Amino acid sequence: MIKTLLSGDLPRSRLLSALLLVVLFGLALAPFLFPGARSLNVAATICVFIVLVASYDLLLGYTGIVSFAHTMFYGIGAYGVGLALHAMGPSWWAIFVGTAGALSLSLVLALVIGLFSLRVRAIFYAMITLAVASAFAVLASQLSDLTGGEDGRTFRVPELLQPGFHLFEGEILGRAIDGKLITYYLVFCSALALFLFMLRIVNSPFGRVLQAIRENDFRAEALGYRTVIYRTLANCLGALIATLAGVLMALWLRYVGPKTMLSFEVMTDILLIVVIGGMGTVYGAVIGSALFILMQNYLQVLMKEASGAMAGVPLLANLFHPDRWLLWLGVLFVLSVYFFPTGIVGRLRTRAALRRLR
Amino acid sequence: MTTIATVAAQDSALPKLRVDILPLLLVPVLALAMLPLVGSFPTWVTLTVAGLAMGMMVFMMASGLTLIFGLMDVLNFGHGAFVSVGAFTATLVLLPMKGWVEADSILLNLSVLGLAIVLAMLVTGMLGWAFERIIIRPVYGLHLKQILITMGGMIVAEQLIHVIWGAEQIPLQLPTTFRGAFIIGDAALEKYRLIAVGVGLTVFVTMFLVLNRTKVGLLIRAGVENGEMVEALGYRIRRLFVGVFMAGSALAGLGGVMWGLYKETLTAAIGGEITVLVFIVIIIGGLGSVGGCFIGAMLVALVANYAGFLAPKVALVSDILLMVTVLLWRPQGLYPVAKR
Repeated sequence: MIKTLLSGDLPRSRLLSALLLVVLFGLALAPFLFPGARSLNVAATICVFIVLVASYDLLLGYTGIVSFAHTMFYGIGAYGVGLALHAMGPSWWAIFVGTAGALSLSLVLALVIGLFSLRVRAIFYAMITLAVASAFAVLASQLSDLTGGEDGRTFRVPELLQPGFHLFEGEILGRAIDGKLITYYLVFCSALALFLFMLRIVNSPFGRVLQAIRENDFRAEALGYRTVIYRTLANCLGALIATLAGVLMALWLRYVGPKTMLSFEVMTDILLIVVIGGMGTVYGAVIGSALFILMQNYLQVLMKEASGAMAGVPLLANLFHPDRWLLWLGVLFVLSVYFFPTGIVGRLRTRAALRRLR
Repeated sequence: MTTIATVAAQDSALPKLRVDILPLLLVPVLALAMLPLVGSFPTWVTLTVAGLAMGMMVFMMASGLTLIFGLMDVLNFGHGAFVSVGAFTATLVLLPMKGWVEADSILLNLSVLGLAIVLAMLVTGMLGWAFERIIIRPVYGLHLKQILITMGGMIVAEQLIHVIWGAEQIPLQLPTTFRGAFIIGDAALEKYRLIAVGVGLTVFVTMFLVLNRTKVGLLIRAGVENGEMVEALGYRIRRLFVGVFMAGSALAGLGGVMWGLYKETLTAAIGGEITVLVFIVIIIGGLGSVGGCFIGAMLVALVANYAGFLAPKVALVSDILLMVTVLLWRPQGLYPVAKR
């Protein structure tokens, strides 16, 4: 049963399985285990990022394509739903229209960019996507009549998802069943389903071809696979799933804005998570996202204390300033590209495999 | 008959490469075509000079990147970091020597700018050396890792700038005599832009001469065409790599100083923001081609300026539109480098 669910791609390491279970149960029971708006927000962000990062891993880790336009697709999803809800009022129909519109726009863009530049080399694609994504971000912040500009748009969600809504009187395990909780479980379940779907994809024959292209595209082509088509398909799939992740994020935040959805920082976050978690292992997205978002939210508190302790030393205090946490992650990122390119998950798996040999 | 004639011609002189003149014409043609659209001649002159100045600055930043790519097949996504570092290093000269900056004397102003540029180029050059050593050397030939690692280097560098110079914006003052504009007829020409054009042209001419008239330049050009052959002839191409990488980084630093003074405020993101434009420029020019990069920079900047004046909304995406148009015409860029 579990094997079918995971598409035969088991964690293959006891420690990894344990970690994954911790994340899974932590997220599944988050509203009950960690009460408070902030921790629930952290949990929802982790869910969305797992999907977003795993879909990026589909490109980077499995197909060997470096794209910098992933936030663009994420933003399209978020803006699609956000603007539709803003314009049409809070209804499920608006969500559907927004999602469908966003998905089709993403698909068209991914196809065009893919066919235009994927036939050339990895570097070329990376540059083109960087250019297109930055142009898109500029457009989103400048066309303020439509998108609300830098301020973004806040909107109302259907009644079922509103925080003020109560499914029934009374509480379960000390927690009122309100709209926020329902939204959280909507996000969680969608994320879980999308994650399992991606696991299915990478372990299908299609996924094997993608890996072959990553390892040696010339040989894959020689074996009779049209690499351009496979790359473009992977690109479209990644884009569509990123769009859905954007939809989920918009529903959760009830807000869309260029800073949270389209900025380049989100892109670097994704890159950091994929590499640190483990490229080419969908599980890396889970471990990486959980670690990263937790650090983002709680490491800064620690760093504040470290910085306070070193307040006398001018440069050191700056090094540990809470806003500089990205510096340390950047260093970790560079080191992990060199020394363990398969990331945390790859590391754990190799260790387990070695132990089994012994 | 004709074959014999050509053979005879080849005997007498080495066959010359056909000069591809079409892209060269693009810039003047574009500028002239815009004249009737803009309408007034003085406005057109102002716009064109502004565009050329911006193009020169972008060229300074882009030329190193395209040369590095051409020679070593390394695309440095962290190139923008050198731009930022260059601009911030300039503050080390410009802020303490406020007296010279504020003095109403061209000589003092020029020397303080010169000092800032020299220091910035030295620092970014050394940084380039370290970057090549530590970050890039282990990943030669591995494109995927190169992109990731240089991106990581960029993040770290940007954060280090925050650590050293603080997270606030730094206002940067233009030297007194560089402020304001010359008024010729009805056209206003900003002085600083003219200076930028001057510096940019100097860089371009120097680069052109070094590449075409010196032995090092010959080796670099040969390395771009066929690195293995250069190595087989007994030259240490690795040393060439390091030299070109340092020079390219120093040029980015120079561009950073000019660009920072032009913007008059500095943030650590200044390099990251310009990176996109730089990429578009080198794609348009043809990856690895310095001449193409020059024309690409001029085109991008001119189009941005004209579009900003004629149709501000279009200006937001004018770079992309230009890139798509050029690539539809020449998929490898204006001057494709043979081996790529």
